Order: sequence, then C-alpha cells, then structure tokens
Amino acid sequence: MAGTAGKALNLKLKVWRQAGPDKEGRFVEYEARNISSDASFLEMLDVINVDLVKSGQEPIEFDHDCREGICGSCSMVINGSPHGPDRGTATCQLHMRRFRDGETIVIEPFRAKAFPIVKDLAVDRSAFDRIMQVGGFISVNTGNAPDANSLPVPKENADMAFAAATCIGCGACVAACKNASASLFVSAKLAHLALLPQGQAEREQRTLSMVAQMDEEGFGACTNTGACSAACPKEIDLENIARMNRDYFKASLRERSEKS
Amino acid sequence: MAAKSSYLTSTIGQKQIVALSGLSLSLFVLAHMLGNLLIFVSPEAYNLYGHALTSTPLIYVAELGLVTLFGLHVLIAVNLTVKNSVARPNKYAVAAEGAKATSWVQKSLFIQGLVILVFVILHLITFKFGQVYEVTYDGTTVRDLHRLVVEVFQEPGYVVWYFIAMVVLGLHLSHGVSSVLQTFGAAHPRLTPVFKKVGLAYAAIVSIGFVALPIYFYFIY
Ligand code: SF4
Ligand code: FES
Repeated sequence: MAGTAGKALNLKLKVWRQAGPDKEGRFVEYEARNISSDASFLEMLDVINVDLVKSGQEPIEFDHDCREGICGSCSMVINGSPHGPDRGTATCQLHMRRFRDGETIVIEPFRAKAFPIVKDLAVDRSAFDRIMQVGGFISVNTGNAPDANSLPVPKENADMAFAAATCIGCGACVAACKNASASLFVSAKLAHLALLPQGQAEREQRTLSMVAQMDEEGFGACTNTGACSAACPKEIDLENIARMNRDYFKASLRERSEKS
Repeated sequence: MAAKSSYLTSTIGQKQIVALSGLSLSLFVLAHMLGNLLIFVSPEAYNLYGHALTSTPLIYVAELGLVTLFGLHVLIAVNLTVKNSVARPNKYAVAAEGAKATSWVQKSLFIQGLVILVFVILHLITFKFGQVYEVTYDGTTVRDLHRLVVEVFQEPGYVVWYFIAMVVLGLHLSHGVSSVLQTFGAAHPRLTPVFKKVGLAYAAIVSIGFVALPIYFYFIY
C-alpha cells in the first residue's frame, strides 16, 4: 500500500499522570483525534503533547531516543502490556494501525519498586546500570580483534551470545513479570559473556555479583511464567535464565569464603 | 566485584530450595496416590500396606523428612512471595491480554499453596489422627483404615472439599514439575517443551488417582 495515506483514527486515552516521584498519580483522559494509522505510538503521543503545550498544559512526560527499537528508552505499558500488544516490538515501533477506531487505550508507566517513577510515564531504570557496574563487563584488556579462528567459538555459542547481547536494557521484562523480577535482563547480560571465551575468567564472580546486586535493588524472584520473554522487544529466550540459575548454583558451591 | 548476598538468602537460591523440596514432595504424593490405589485391590491389601508402612521405626525418619521438606517449601515460598509483592507495590490498572499475559495458574500459586496446607492439616486430623478401627488378618491386628475411608467418603461435604483440594494440587504440580528443570538450569529448546508436557501429565495422573477414591466410594461402592 505504498503511497496511500493512513486512515485517520479517533481514540480515547487514559494516561497515568504523576507530577513527581513522591506525588500522587492518577489517570487523566484525553481525546486523540485524527491520528494517522501510519503514525507510531510515540508520534501519537507527540500529537497529544503539542495540543497540551498549545493550551498551556504540561505535556505527558515519556522517555524516548532512537525511535527505532535500539535504545530501550521508550518504556510504557499499553493496555496492560509492556511495549504494547505485539511481540518483538518496542513502543516506538508500534504503529497506530494496530488499534481500532474509537478504542480506549490505557497507558501506564512500568511499575516496580526498583524503577521509581520520575514523572508521568518516565521511570528511573538506573538499577540496571548498577547491576551492570558490578560485573557486566570484562575487566581485562582483550586486545585487538584476534585473527580469524585463533580463538575458536562454536557457531551455536556465537549465535546464542549474539542473541543475548541484543538486550537493550529497556526493562520490559521487569514490567511484565508478576514479581517485577529482573531475571531476563540479568541473565541476558550474563549469557552474552558466559558463552564466549573472553568471558570465562570472571564468569563465576560476575554471576554472583550481578545476582546479588539484582536482589539488592529489590527486584522479585522468577516464577518461570515467561511473561518477560513474551514482552521483550528483542525476544530474549528463557534459556538464558536457566543458564543463570545453573551458573549461580555452581558458583555458589565453588565460592571461596572470603568476601569483602 | 563483591558478592553481598549468599545462596540461602538470594532469590535464585531460595527458588531452588522451593523447587527441590517441591520436587521431593511431588514424588511423595505420587507414591501416596499409588498406595491409595491398593484399596481397589482389596481392603486387606490396603490395610496391610498401611500397617507395613507404620510398623517400621523408619516411619519416624520418613515423617521427620516430610515435615522438614514441607516446612521448608512453605516457609521459603512465603518469604519469596513477600519479596515479590514488595517488588511491585503498585499494581497495574489493566492486566495484559494475549501473548504478554501471565496464566492464572501461575498467578495463584500462593493461594493454591494455602489450600493445600489447610487440606494437609485436615487430612492428617481425619485419617492419621482420626478414628481407629481394628481388624485382624491371620492373627495380626491392624488398623482398619479401609473402614474409615469408606465412612469419610460417604459425606458429600468432605467429598466436594477433597475433590477441590486435589484439583488445586494438580494445578500446583502442573506448574512445579514442569518448571523445576528451568529453576535448576536445565533448559533446552528441544527438551523443555517435552518436559512441560511430562509435568502436565504427572499432575493429571496424581490428581486423578487421588480423586478416584472419593468418587468410587461416594457414587459406586
Ligand atoms: S531482556 Fe528484553 S525486555 Fe528485558 S531489558 Fe533486555 S531487551 Fe528489555
Ligand atoms: S525509543 Fe529507542 S527503543 Fe524505542
């Protein structure tokens, strides 16, 4: 249908408005008129915000940056689903043609103790950064890219490591989980290093540290519901959580007692 | 890179303890269910089986083990449930539908656990510590559990409650048995779906095996 203009949609929005972290929040209703079905969800919010600003009101605060599904900032829950109804899609990649004319859309922030609300739909996900800071890296210099085949990596491992590394840290897994567990995120970050030779030296310590930090931040436990993977815009596999569980068990057994 | 928590207080460690104790209890309920089915062989087979189990001193070891496993499973699951609800203090206004939804079976695990806990207590009161009838086979006097079972399952209220509790147990097992491998880290694209089905079948077999007794004694016997 190249070249044809999108259909115009009229929608009712119920948006969570909260002036600040410690303020009381509530739903506010807005009419979204004449929205092109070709617009992205964020573009639809932009249209609403332009009207709000014009009429002297505070625009709806939401995070966004790349608008092409790679930065992971467009966090929001649409009709109960993080990043909206489609799988493998970030909010910025969701199109308004996915909604029916006249539909009511409820838009909420990600809700988790570890992700405090900054304002409206924007939440503070620095808990993820702190988890990364305790071990989500390789702390030795791994040098230049090695010559081909000097460091053999099975194709399957390379593929799984790559798939895990596509996690964009958006936090939808936490938002989707009934326990607000960060297991999928942490396991993806662990897996992409655990599957490669460079990640081996620090593998056990990394697992212990990142899991400890995950708990410390106040995320819940995993019930193996799989809601995280279903909501994940990168479709990170539950197999990564299994690998984390196994590595954590092994690392706990082998851990030497001295702790700092 | 300093580890601040330890295995026993970590969410993963606690989940693994819940999973392992749950798996052991799953094996126990399977054995219990199979033992129950002896009642269809003959009252004598059933009573003698019960007698054999309770007349060895090993029964105390086994009972202590069961109580410990059950206690661990319950206490740590309660601890995790508290952590989980603290992690999501404000609920969503709308629940997800479709692909991103969580099944009600997994949302209600805690309530299922409560039902099973109440059931186990009442069940012990009714049977283990209940009315003692006796019967003599070849000069040995044993407890006539068969008679008690028949009596208890004549009461419609008890039959309905037993039925509900066993369905709930089945739901609980259907989650637990299929998720234990994942919790211990054995997930595999080919084997995981198979194991999910095995878990469902296991749960169905245990639950059907248990409800066979009240249904038989209430409607057929
Ligand atoms: S695992 Fe998926 S949902 Fe979770 S942070 Fe990474 S990309 Fe987002
Ligand atoms: S805005 Fe970057 S992923 Fe959506």
